[in-house]
Amino acid sequence: MNSEQEMKRRTRRDFLVLGAGAATAIGGWEWLMHSPEQDGIPGPLRHVLGLDRRVTRGLLFSDGHLAPEFPRDRVEPIIVNGDYGLDDELDLAEWKLQVTPYGAARNPVSLNMDDIRRLPKVEHTFEFKCIEGWSKVVNWAGARLSDFTARHAAGSEKARFVGLETPDKEYFVGVDMASALHPQTLLCYEMNGKPLEAGHGAPLRLIIPVKYGIKNLKRIGQIVYQDTPPRDYWAQEGYDYYAGL
Amino acid sequence: MRRLEYKHKLVTRWAHWVNFPILAIMIWSGLLIYWSNDVYRIGLGQFTLFHFFPDAVYSAFKLDHQLAFGMAVHFCFMWLFAINGLLYFLYTVFSGEWRELLPSPRSFREAIQVTLYDLKLATSLPPQGKYNAAQKIAYSSIIVMGFGSLVTGLSIYRPVQVHWLTSLLGGYKMARFEHFWLTMGYVAFFVIHIAQVIRAGWGNFQSIVTGVEYQEVAGE
Repeated sequence: MNSEQEMKRRTRRDFLVLGAGAATAIGGWEWLMHSPEQDGIPGPLRHVLGLDRRVTRGLLFSDGHLAPEFPRDRVEPIIVNGDYGLDDELDLAEWKLQVTPYGAARNPVSLNMDDIRRLPKVEHTFEFKCIEGWSKVVNWAGARLSDFTARHAAGSEKARFVGLETPDKEYFVGVDMASALHPQTLLCYEMNGKPLEAGHGAPLRLIIPVKYGIKNLKRIGQIVYQDTPPRDYWAQEGYDYYAGL
Repeated sequence: MRRLEYKHKLVTRWAHWVNFPILAIMIWSGLLIYWSNDVYRIGLGQFTLFHFFPDAVYSAFKLDHQLAFGMAVHFCFMWLFAINGLLYFLYTVFSGEWRELLPSPRSFREAIQVTLYDLKLATSLPPQGKYNAAQKIAYSSIIVMGFGSLVTGLSIYRPVQVHWLTSLLGGYKMARFEHFWLTMGYVAFFVIHIAQVIRAGWGNFQSIVTGVEYQEVAGE
């Protein structure tokens, strides 16, 4: 075969392959974009988010991996970025935390702020990260969710998830147990050395450095330990349920 | 007299064309994410020369209000981007092809000459192999940049789990900044690449599809 024939043969064959490849790619993309949605995004993408979670949980996650601590004087002002579930005026004296432990009995217990304050007080200054892409160094203080669970919902560590909701049930998050029991995860009642302000979630909010801000629910009304994934506000709107950092 | 020269291996051609749509999807979904905190600009102090990006850009390309979708796409196609890039990298290392790509200390001076020639400011080219000095630098840089995107990407994707890496890159904010500018680097590469491909003509272009190109040989 001379070089002219060789060139002709290759040109025909390889441009056909390129065209077929392009058609396949476009077809695949159309299939993906038109797949039935699961909670606001095409189903296959939701499926891959699950794969991402399994891979990064398996390879990277450890209780020993801590969000880096910053010096206290590095704290920055932080805006109130979400008021979901905070519409009603809250009477702090009336506030109760309803806790449903894991297991068959599941008798809810009602707690108040004194019950939380009696737990060891822990303080963190770390970079709080919003899913929008910004981050702020903030100082938070409160009780470890792991200490709280051991004291007020003993045995609930065996559940797969913790579900938290605001008192009006307008905002709600689900957190996997490993992240909930992470040593930096707090039921927080102080911010930058002062009692939590209403807009930041008074009297008690979740601070969970291994998750984006969307999981850091403000004004906790109830905590439930369960095996099925609790409903999650932003996961229903197309965001990753895991939302881990 | 001309003869066929075998120029690009099958792996190289596949990796190139597979990367093209994947990188396009990564850049596009990256912009969907970037929109929700679009803080970067070129400027000094109060003066802003260019803000990335003006609202008209987002609306013209429908890049606004799609953070959740953008993240889902980005964290799906990242695997394909990484796997394709890694396969090409390993092939280049183990096949010995890297010898034709890796710039030598001399390449940097020669690249200036190549650039001047391309801009018609010089009349002669330094002697070159399969790739000229400017190409060696560009094609090696793009591999390093791809690696940089994976590393900076991972460091903002799981910044608590790989906090040592995030710190090494200058912290969370800095790593996001680096991730963004690497992307702008691809855009710049793309513009120059397309201009050069057009300039070099059909014979060169079809060689990244067919692998072969006619080469003029002296004599006879």
